[in-house]
Amino acid sequence: MANVRTICMRELAGYFGTPIAYVFLAIFVFLSGIFAFYIGGFFDGGQADLRAFFQFHPWLYLFLIPALAMRLWAEERRAGTIELLFTLPVTMFQAVMGKFLAAWIFTAIALALTFPLWITVNYLGDPDNGVILASYLGSLLMAGAFLAIGSCISALTRNQVIAFVVSGVVGLGFVLSGFPLVLELVDAIAPSIVVDTVRSFSFLTHFQAISKGVLQASDIIYFVSLIVFWLFVNAVAIEWRKAA
Amino acid sequence: MIEISNITKRFGAVTAVDDVSFSVGHGEVLGFLGPNGAGKSTTMKMVTGFLRPDQGTIRIGGVDIAASPVEVKRWIGYLPEGAPLYGEMTTRGFLRFIAGMHGFRGADAEGRIADVMEKVSLESVMEMPIETLSKGFKRRVGLAQAILHDPRILILDEPTDGLDPNQKHEVRSLIKGMSAEKVIILSTHILEEVDAVCTRAMIIANGRIVSDGTPEELLCRSRLHNALRLSLAICDLDETTVGRVVETLRSLPEVSQAEVSSQSDGTLELLALPAGPKPLAGPVSAAAHANGWHVTGLHVERGRLDDVFRAMTTD
Repeated sequence: MANVRTICMRELAGYFGTPIAYVFLAIFVFLSGIFAFYIGGFFDGGQADLRAFFQFHPWLYLFLIPALAMRLWAEERRAGTIELLFTLPVTMFQAVMGKFLAAWIFTAIALALTFPLWITVNYLGDPDNGVILASYLGSLLMAGAFLAIGSCISALTRNQVIAFVVSGVVGLGFVLSGFPLVLELVDAIAPSIVVDTVRSFSFLTHFQAISKGVLQASDIIYFVSLIVFWLFVNAVAIEWRKAA
Repeated sequence: MIEISNITKRFGAVTAVDDVSFSVGHGEVLGFLGPNGAGKSTTMKMVTGFLRPDQGTIRIGGVDIAASPVEVKRWIGYLPEGAPLYGEMTTRGFLRFIAGMHGFRGADAEGRIADVMEKVSLESVMEMPIETLSKGFKRRVGLAQAILHDPRILILDEPTDGLDPNQKHEVRSLIKGMSAEKVIILSTHILEEVDAVCTRAMIIANGRIVSDGTPEELLCRSRLHNALRLSLAICDLDETTVGRVVETLRSLPEVSQAEVSSQSDGTLELLALPAGPKPLAGPVSAAAHANGWHVTGLHVERGRLDDVFRAMTTD
């Protein structure tokens, strides 16, 4: 556990030691606000809630999270420090976990920085803060799943740009599989059980369920098991590609 | 301390390390020599537990590294090839990270950091980001992280590569200073380095050990080992005089071969190769005296590691 913390702290310091952190935080807060106010119609809805804000999170994460995750392992491989890391008394689990947690904590900081929206909506009306809290949790869980994908793909290459693009595409697959357009298309060519399977794999489906304020075990398990699965593949990928 | 038995490592169709076995004991400084791609780095990566051998076992202090990798890694300090470091961290931050990973906290960690800082002279760069440091300092930071936890075993992959002569000298004295209490394995391209710091030299070619012995023993295999370089001052240098001198040398029973290595006005330089283990200096100087040669230089060659290296690593 101490090793997880040491690696996590180093990684977090790494984010804040470069302009990446500040650029990311600024863009995240700025874009989430823009989306909520201009595209989501925050004021037009006439309701005191943050749905306009949360509904764009999957799309925001789609390109912001790969930017956060791309350096996790690709940089380690490019610089050769992976050799340094894995000759220290550390297990694969500790290393993967430490890095993932660092990126996740960073995302949590970014999410926390959107608190002015929450204050605004509480000032303007009387929102259901339970729903908002559930939405924040759901958003964080979804971010974790995006991060696990990004971390895993970052372990397969030493090129951060490739890691970024591929994680974006994989993430898009997970988002789109819940998109009505895609589901209708699948519906036209496949039986309904396939449609349900595709839908059940979507970030959108599960995230929307949580952001309605219903914290169901199945949705939480979905995101947690995705994180576990991708981090496991991440560890396997590192072991397999270590020498390359 | 380190026992390696029959380790093999393949990368696809290439066999990087082919059935290698050796052991290294306390107080030994083992130098790995060999051309690029011979398998030196791969062997070191397996000993440090970074790569897993396809076959064979590595035991360190009696413990199988495959069975308890984390425990064994605590005893090892490793400087990977090219000394990779986290460039965005400051030297202090980086060393704190390393200390933390080895389980040192608080004052204990600070004490260790201060200790290595002094040992490898990092005082002036402690607060600087590592990526802004010169090559020499980066290498020293790499060494500092390798020795921070005072490991019993030190594995250094080309520790002096790319350093200037002064820096090379510093790193070598550092290694020498630690050699008494540790087991050290280092790899190098620089043959003089083996001679300067190693108690044992191993030549690796095509993934196999082709020679294992002291640097002295390696030198003995050189064609030039115990050869004699002789400089004579001769006023009127002509072919007959030169021929006569060479003939005289060749006629000595201890000399197997004699040749002119260079001649310029007034000076003739010759090389005499020994016929056996007997030293040449005595008989040659006696012959010089008897023939009234004016000797200006007499030098016994120890041999050239380059020659031995080339002979052993090319087919």
